[in-house]
Amino acid sequence: MIRRGYLTGTVIGALWMVVVSVTVAVCMSFGTGDPFRPGILLSLLWGALAGGAFVFVGRNKLVQLGVAVVIAVVVLVGIGPMLTGMQAGITARVFGATALGIAIATSLAPILNEVVPGPLNRHEFEGAVIRFLTGFGYIFFTAIVLIPFYVMVMTSLKNQAELMQNPLDFSIDLSQGAALFRSYDELFTQFNFGTYMFNSFFISVLTVFITLAFAIPGAYAVARLRFRGQAAFSRSILLIYMVPMIVLALPIYIAFSMTGLRNSFWGIVMIYPVTTIPVALYMLQGYFRGLPAEVEEAGLMDGLSRLAVIWKITLPLSLPALASVSLYVFMIAWNEFLLAFMLLDDPSKFTLTRGIASLNSSEIPRQHLMAGSVIATVPIMALFLGLERFMTKGLTAGSVKG
Amino acid sequence: MSELQPPVGTGPLAKREARLAWGLLFPTISAVALVVVLPLLAIFWISVKPVELGDLRAPEVVQREDIRGNAAAVGDTPSIRYRLRNSSQDQPITGVTLSDVIPEGLVVQDLDPRCGLTDRALACDFGDWEPGTRETLMIPVTVEQAYLDNDLRPQDSPATTTGKSSNVLTNSTFTLDNFARIFNGDEFMEVLWVTLFYTVFGTIGALLVGLFAALLLNKSFKGQGILRGLYLFPYVAPVIAVAFAWLILFDPFSGSANALLIQMGVTSQAINFFGERPLALIMVTIFEIWRYFPLSFLFILARMQSIDTDMYEAADMDGASPFQQFWYLSVPQLLGILSVLFLLRFIWTFNKFDDIFLLTGGNAGTRTLTVNVYEQAFAISNIGAGAAVAVVIFACLLTFSLFFLKYISREEGL
Repeated sequence: MIRRGYLTGTVIGALWMVVVSVTVAVCMSFGTGDPFRPGILLSLLWGALAGGAFVFVGRNKLVQLGVAVVIAVVVLVGIGPMLTGMQAGITARVFGATALGIAIATSLAPILNEVVPGPLNRHEFEGAVIRFLTGFGYIFFTAIVLIPFYVMVMTSLKNQAELMQNPLDFSIDLSQGAALFRSYDELFTQFNFGTYMFNSFFISVLTVFITLAFAIPGAYAVARLRFRGQAAFSRSILLIYMVPMIVLALPIYIAFSMTGLRNSFWGIVMIYPVTTIPVALYMLQGYFRGLPAEVEEAGLMDGLSRLAVIWKITLPLSLPALASVSLYVFMIAWNEFLLAFMLLDDPSKFTLTRGIASLNSSEIPRQHLMAGSVIATVPIMALFLGLERFMTKGLTAGSVKG
Repeated sequence: MSELQPPVGTGPLAKREARLAWGLLFPTISAVALVVVLPLLAIFWISVKPVELGDLRAPEVVQREDIRGNAAAVGDTPSIRYRLRNSSQDQPITGVTLSDVIPEGLVVQDLDPRCGLTDRALACDFGDWEPGTRETLMIPVTVEQAYLDNDLRPQDSPATTTGKSSNVLTNSTFTLDNFARIFNGDEFMEVLWVTLFYTVFGTIGALLVGLFAALLLNKSFKGQGILRGLYLFPYVAPVIAVAFAWLILFDPFSGSANALLIQMGVTSQAINFFGERPLALIMVTIFEIWRYFPLSFLFILARMQSIDTDMYEAADMDGASPFQQFWYLSVPQLLGILSVLFLLRFIWTFNKFDDIFLLTGGNAGTRTLTVNVYEQAFAISNIGAGAAVAVVIFACLLTFSLFFLKYISREEGL
């Protein structure tokens, strides 16, 4: 029944109009701070009409232009899929209406490609549904991922008064120039964030090296050498990763309190690698297994010892895996919050995450809290985006194969 | 001619290999034993001990030393004063002693009966102290020229004190109160229910959303790499940063989400997303889905890209529609990775602490078992009860793991 072109066209058109008008309204609200809101019923109506037009009249440029103009005009008149409050300026209204018209016309036509008024076969029908879902998916995911991060950056650049005045206004006043970054400046000059950043970096790098020093020999042994309990061992590595941190953190807190390791750099550096060794070992052994054993055997035949084989043959061959494991371990150590929060009280030894936690008080403006969050997020994001290939490979290759 | 037999048992080469393997594994095993196994055993021990946060610092003798009176000229008679106390208000210290060196040029006039002086070494024995004991020891001395000549003052040679106290962590008092306390009442049932809700919906949600995202990106087009990187952001960013960003976005007073909802007419007054009872739990679950869908997305996408495309071409030839291809070809291929991910994520979500702790602090009906550990141990300062909750968590995990090992052994790869 639904696989009739006129029905498919109008239903998908109606739903797509809701998606687009919500998107445009949210964008316009955030961009201008003015009230724009989607009218759901009107969206369904106009969307159905637009869908019908594309199915019955055709999908050429002329029809698209017509749909765009009609939608833009009805929005401006006030009976369109998007309603505008009185406060909104005329430019914003015209811009919003045009954007909505163009968006719906240019996106709905390709979605309804192949849809004819009569009965549709499965391919045509499902193709249209999939194109609709795909479009919705891109908008949905991009929005849910970007909005929180954008809020983070924007809040860090606005003071309390500006925030309270209009929470919807996502625009950033660029005319302030350098004063925009006031909170960052204060964090580095008054709140010691430079030190925290150095601490975090130092601890993370140390963690990476210690983890590799432990995990490489272990992974090699599990992957290559035959010994009793090898299978059981490679399986129990993952089990260690199943123990919740908070369960371990409690006795560690007690032990550190009694031995005076709490509040010390070395206490943290002792604990962090142990939390990452199991996963690093697991990822590396997966990779080592994939390396051809023949190369190593050739090395052994030529008189290298096992350790020399590891150093001269296996490690150079597994540089990409080492890079991704290092990146992953660095990320875990950099983002670690619970242990830093429980074990560090002395502000001179805070890591970045602990430093941000200390900003979470009613006396410190939220601008600073978000600026701190941005400071912690940007380096790890930059590192991640730069080395994304390694990261995704390392995450998947080591743990799940085929 | 005798038949050749394969060697029986382990030969010297195999033995050497096994030795090397254990040698290479030794650092890892010892580190893990020290930081994972030992604390786990400790948890069991602590869970049957009546330990409070304050008991972690063992009672000790606190002493201060100063000189009272004038000591500027030969013949002056000041006193050296020691003030001592038991730092604990509820635990005794036994065998308290004090020893110090009297500086040159001060001649002791009178000595407390509990103290003895040999040459210039002072040794006192105070016996056993009740909780909260305070003592003041005055030793009158006369000043001689030698004292004025050198710079050594009584405070310069720190007095040493000794004393034995029994630590509640190591003594032999045991109690089951901790378990009685945490199992008591409706609270435990609520914690269990919240944990179950959070774990089940968080896991399934993250899997489904991740599957959807993977389907979107399972084709090559311009910008696919950028989008893939972008969709991984929630997982890569520090949890503390994104948790606070969410709190600010959904703030009831100045949050953009509320302003938007009010303006769109969805609600007439601000919603306290992280402060109201059923809503807070739903919100933390959504946060969990948001933060961990990238992980499932990544694994599912990797699996999808390794599926042979020939199969889909054949299906196309046979006239299978896109949905049929997905249901009859992709889903069976993905079932393995989906079930592995489900088990892993289930356990990890069950273990999750930071997210809820940062978002709600376990308030408004979002207290899961892991948050309860922190709540009991640090908010109520009852370390023993916290450890008892940890034991409960451990028991649950053991059950999951048995199931996991049994099930996963059928899966290739993991």
